[in-house]
Amino acid sequence: MVACSCGCGEDELTKQLEKVIDEYRGQPSGLIQVLTKAQNLIGYLPLWVQTRIAKGLGISLQEVYGVVTFYAFFSLIPRGRHKLSVCAGTACYVKGTKKVLKALRDVLGVKEGQTTPDSRFTVEVVRCIGACGLAPAMIVDGKDVHGRLEPEQIPEILEQYA
Amino acid sequence: MKSLEELAKVRESRREALKIREGVPSATEKAHVMMCGGAGCISTKCQDVVDAMKASLEKNGIADQVQIILTGCMGPCDMGPVAIVYPQGTFYRRLKAKDADAIVEEHIMQGNLVQRLLYRTPGAKEPTPKVDDIDLFAKQQKIVLRNNFNIDPTNIEDYIANNGYAALGKALTEMTPAEVIEEVKKSGLRGRGGAGFNSGMKWGFAAASKGTPKYVVCNGDEGDPGAFMDRSVLEGDPHSVIEGMAICGRAIGAEQGYVYVRAEYPLAIERLSYAIDKAREYGLLGKNIFGTGFNFDIEIRIGAGAFVCGEETALLTSIMGKRGEPRPRPPFPANEGVWAKPTVLNNVETWANVAEIIRRGADWYSSIGTQGSKGTKVFALAGRINNTGIVEVPMGTTLREIVFDIGGGIPRKKEFKAVQTGGPSGGCIPASQLDTPIDFESLTALGAMMGSGGMIVMDDTTCMVDIAKFFLDFTVDESCGKCSPCRIGTKRMLEILERITTAKGKEGDIELLQELGETIKKTALCGLGQTAPNPVLSTIKYFRDEYEAHIKEHKCAAKVCEIEE
Amino acid sequence: MINLTIDNRKVAVEEGTTILEAAKSVGINIPTLCYLKDINVIGACRICLVDVKGARTFIPSCVAPVAEGMVVNTHTPELIKARKLVLELILSDHPMECLTCRRNGNCELQKLAEEYGLSEIRFEGARTDYPIDDSSPAIIRDPRKCVLCRRCISVCTNIQSVQALTAENRGFASLVAPAFNERLANMECVQCGQCSLVCPTGAIVERDDTEKVWAALADPTKHVVVQTAPATRVQIGETIGAAPGTIATGQLVAGLRSLGFDKVFDTDFTADLTIMEEGNELLQRVTNGGVLPMITSCSPGWIKFIEHFYPDLLPHLSTCKSPQQMFGPLVKTYYAQKEGIDPKDIVCVSIMPCTAKKYECQRPEMNSSGYQDVDVVLTTRELGRMFKQAGLDMINLPEEEYDAPLGISTGAGEIFGASGGVMEAALRTVYEVVTNKELEDINFTACRGIDGVKEATVQVGDLPVSVAITNGLGNARKVLDKIRAGEANYHFIEVMCCPGGCIGGGGSPIPTNTEIRLKRIDATYTEDERMVLRKSHENPAVQELYAEFLEKPLGHKSHELLHTHYTPRSNYPEEEC
Ligand SMILES: Cc1cc2nc3c(=O)[nH]c(=O)nc-3n(C[C@H](O)[C@H](O)[C@H](O)COP(=O)(O)O)c2cc1C
Ligand code: SF4
Ligand code: SF4
Ligand code: SF4
Ligand code: SF4
Ligand code: SF4
Ligand code: SF4
Ligand code: SF4
Ligand code: SF4
Ligand code: FES
Ligand code: FES
Ligand code: FES
Repeated sequence: MVACSCGCGEDELTKQLEKVIDEYRGQPSGLIQVLTKAQNLIGYLPLWVQTRIAKGLGISLQEVYGVVTFYAFFSLIPRGRHKLSVCAGTACYVKGTKKVLKALRDVLGVKEGQTTPDSRFTVEVVRCIGACGLAPAMIVDGKDVHGRLEPEQIPEILEQYA
Repeated sequence: MKSLEELAKVRESRREALKIREGVPSATEKAHVMMCGGAGCISTKCQDVVDAMKASLEKNGIADQVQIILTGCMGPCDMGPVAIVYPQGTFYRRLKAKDADAIVEEHIMQGNLVQRLLYRTPGAKEPTPKVDDIDLFAKQQKIVLRNNFNIDPTNIEDYIANNGYAALGKALTEMTPAEVIEEVKKSGLRGRGGAGFNSGMKWGFAAASKGTPKYVVCNGDEGDPGAFMDRSVLEGDPHSVIEGMAICGRAIGAEQGYVYVRAEYPLAIERLSYAIDKAREYGLLGKNIFGTGFNFDIEIRIGAGAFVCGEETALLTSIMGKRGEPRPRPPFPANEGVWAKPTVLNNVETWANVAEIIRRGADWYSSIGTQGSKGTKVFALAGRINNTGIVEVPMGTTLREIVFDIGGGIPRKKEFKAVQTGGPSGGCIPASQLDTPIDFESLTALGAMMGSGGMIVMDDTTCMVDIAKFFLDFTVDESCGKCSPCRIGTKRMLEILERITTAKGKEGDIELLQELGETIKKTALCGLGQTAPNPVLSTIKYFRDEYEAHIKEHKCAAKVCEIEE
Repeated sequence: MINLTIDNRKVAVEEGTTILEAAKSVGINIPTLCYLKDINVIGACRICLVDVKGARTFIPSCVAPVAEGMVVNTHTPELIKARKLVLELILSDHPMECLTCRRNGNCELQKLAEEYGLSEIRFEGARTDYPIDDSSPAIIRDPRKCVLCRRCISVCTNIQSVQALTAENRGFASLVAPAFNERLANMECVQCGQCSLVCPTGAIVERDDTEKVWAALADPTKHVVVQTAPATRVQIGETIGAAPGTIATGQLVAGLRSLGFDKVFDTDFTADLTIMEEGNELLQRVTNGGVLPMITSCSPGWIKFIEHFYPDLLPHLSTCKSPQQMFGPLVKTYYAQKEGIDPKDIVCVSIMPCTAKKYECQRPEMNSSGYQDVDVVLTTRELGRMFKQAGLDMINLPEEEYDAPLGISTGAGEIFGASGGVMEAALRTVYEVVTNKELEDINFTACRGIDGVKEATVQVGDLPVSVAITNGLGNARKVLDKIRAGEANYHFIEVMCCPGGCIGGGGSPIPTNTEIRLKRIDATYTEDERMVLRKSHENPAVQELYAEFLEKPLGHKSHELLHTHYTPRSNYPEEEC
């Protein structure tokens, strides 16, 4: 998604955001759902997005920001087009998460939590994606599970994601 | 569903249609292919196999005589993609797209099993074609996972055919709420989320509590890194959770339920919300269920990535849209839960037991398991073990049986070193304790924990100091930061472990770790902090020599730690 | 009643009592850090742990209710050891700069460290290292010294309903700050300083302006005058060890003179003046159909609050400046002319129980004399420090009198310091002005006390005047929402930002709690009763001021010097295009 908006309220993205907010307008308990949808829409949660959400739900910006920074899913900075979630759950860890991360570092030049300069990939660490039987595993864009990873396979896997 | 008769009608007619899955050949259908659609098998590309099989069926003109159904995880994930073909009940493993023709043309059309895709017990000459005959499955006892081989999780009628919603009907029409609670109490069912509290008693507290409205909550946060039992249930048999919750709603007088699922489980969320919609459509959720005047509905709340939200008070706060920070108890959720109202909160697996207990009775349930721990427990077996995946065994099964009989032992002839249970709250159990029967008390006595059911097997390529560090790293990452012992204490423990594993350990570090660990256990606010030291304390207890080798000799025998020698 | 055993003693307390309170009732003081009675009860710091027989872990006594038959031990060797370790952990993430810390000697963490006799911190490692925020003219935040007790958040969120601070991040990275760790000055913080009052450590403190005052006092070219807020005389004693509730008016005056102020004046004087202006404004609004209810405007924390959160209700505010800001321009015009001093050489200092006044004096509109009307605001705490620095045994000085004319006041001005005081003072005057009759009983007791929302109706001539009084912004919000909903049939509302009024202001001596507030309130009314004059319109100096300078209430000069306007502000950061 486009990760750029001035937030002045006129652009398409802001209108879509307001629509997301509408569902829970005035209902503070909807905060996490709204944030999730807003991040899906915009890609991350910058100040202008949080401000609009705070106004819309009738809560302080502090409340919103406190929640945003509590949950690992929410990001304050733009992310890459593809999300590489490397499993660092126990099963994967004992079977070689470290090697996978090292391979990604070698190939992409970025560490966990970072995004490649060309905004293609963001590497993140998650804890168990339910593919423990195929440890070590990685999930791309929340849907493609790659199991029994060997460092050598990494370049080949990455090629599938432009 | 306006009445039990209606339910019975659906059940009978659907059962007829599903006889093929009980091994009865059908006149109209050639086969039902139950294809595992769990995360493991997805990663080994089960969808490709499905697509290829569909194409093959088309090609052979029998597409309308064969059903292909994507189930939840069947258990043996490392053999994926796996499938069971009915009516024969043949278990196939390691399927590839190119195997599709063979299954369709040889097995389905001609009735000849495809030998090369069958399971072979290690060491055995002949393959074991029938799923029921395979050791791995035969030693298990399935209550929670009762449906995961043979229903389509997206077809509510499949669930109903397997006696689904009969227990709800019974609870609504034949039992008083008090009787339902009594039955659950009598069954001895204890929470599967970790602490093992008697579920019936919990319901009783909420029922007796004054406030209204009341709520029923399902804990599907499954944060243990290395466990995916709850996910399998939600993906493979979502209605079992819905039914359990509705029964509780009836028992305590609640009309609203919430299921809190972690966002990392998109398929579980999809299947569950589809199931909820269907249940509503069939009148099994919503107003006036079975015409009894009982109303109950369920809403899904999606977590946003915080392990601590598995802790009950944190979860309830998170449902209300706030930072998921635990708070001191009392007040307990049974008195002050969501919106400060009486709330019963149980784990996914706990809920999945409920309908069977009500349907088959407390006596039947309590005949399974040990004195103090009744029923079965689902474990996620992983790590250095041959058969990884999901298993369900009666309480009291020994670790040895799970690791060696069901799990098939350690690969590459390596030595078993330890098994870690209970995830970040649990501990490492050494080889000397392999004959421990698994129940809540025995595991706690060993300094480990039942936890949610993660079971990670380790061999001599695992460094126990490194493993302890791994878990602590996790808890430090996931600590909510509210209370000082956990926020600072676990960080200090991690820092000490970091120096030990980089050859900077000092004399006295082990004792400092123990002092910190014991104190944090007694002083932290919630279960996260209170159990965070367990992985360290238990590895010190059983593998102290490894710590000493790191500190004194700067040696990591497993060659895991980055120690320059 | 619940029966339990604490340290082998039988105790009976009411159901719902915490173990902490139960222990206190038999003289056992369990240490606390995050706990703040009625305000912050979250069980976070784990210092107050006790041993409850049968419990798996230690139990936080500040949150745990007693139960029948409970057996509690509050100081077993294991407990002492555990508390010590928790303390050691907290200190391992603390800068320990006591010697250069504002709270040195008055810090709860330091006191705990002293009591538990820690001899060593065995843990090296990462430390919280967020930058200091000194953007606010009122308070300074140093997150390094924060123990994450969240008392500030509770007071700001639950009592003040502002929520300028929140818990951010998690785990070791946790931080208490405004969103995006933004500077407080850019946020909706109302500068009330209540957070600084409850912070157990030096993580939130008032900005210290004492050096400015020392410099002015030492400058021979400057004529330095000081005004003391009503509440300060019932507070200042506490800063040098006197008991809460000690009245030290004469000693305060003597102390200020000893420090070297050229004139020692009293904000009570402009408090009386405020009544003249505000009382007349009310009468005018009532007769001319102006915006009602009219709301008092003497509390700058409150002003900033309504500007941010209820800008639509700004027309309800009285246009009167606060007494402090009426005083400033008068000093630099009226007084300067009278004494023949060039206003540019005058330094106008105020002693206030208030941090928001530091902000108020810097508002751009507060320079109607042609100069910044009030130059420096010191809180009671800062003045206490100056007395110590000067080695003044202030509390034992012989009493002295304020200087004339701006030091002459009445009991009506004095009671401004307590919630309800402005209202009571106004009623004393409005009643007599309207009816031309003398009040039989000038004590409007319905106005008094610490309740969050007080209401009264007073028959003034033909008109039953209906009033409301609130203190603490959370309570103000309730009344404002009523106005918005069109359900507030009051004529006049007094709002004080701080709980209990200025006697509990953010610049008050630490500790300030309900008990201490009540003692200061008592002292305030005692002081009122001791005054010869107790009605603002009887203040001869005020009468003289009108005769010589202002002409009449709400006159042209008044408008120029004593009244102001307000600025709607957003409570969210502005969106930029
Ligand atoms: C840090 C922490 C994490 C937890 N995570 C989970 C979880 O992921 N799933 C779960 O069911 N229970 C979890 N629990 C246990 C719950 O707090 C609670 O005891 C449980 O859900 C109650 O359900 P049960 O009685 O059916 O076990 C966790 C507890 C703690 C302290
Ligand atoms: S123990 Fe850890 S997770 Fe639990 S409340 Fe304390 S800081 Fe938070
Ligand atoms: S290599 Fe080091 S960290 Fe690994 S097991 Fe051996 S001693 Fe432990
Ligand atoms: S906050 Fe307290 S302990 Fe910390 S430096 Fe200041 S006085 Fe010392
Ligand atoms: S208390 Fe100790 S450290 Fe502090 S100033 Fe005195 S001698 Fe120095
Ligand atoms: S000064 Fe007042 S408004 Fe500002 S943060 Fe502190 S308590 Fe909140
Ligand atoms: S700033 Fe002070 S009051 Fe606020 S959390 Fe930190 S230590 Fe507590
Ligand atoms: S508002 Fe309070 S501090 Fe300010 S002048 Fe009035 S009484 Fe004094
Ligand atoms: S109530 Fe008094 S102390 Fe508090 S902000 Fe207002 S003027 Fe200042
Ligand atoms: S631990 Fe990696 S998938 Fe479970
Ligand atoms: S995912 Fe297919 S068997 Fe587990
Ligand atoms: S004072 Fe009780 S936990 Fe902080």
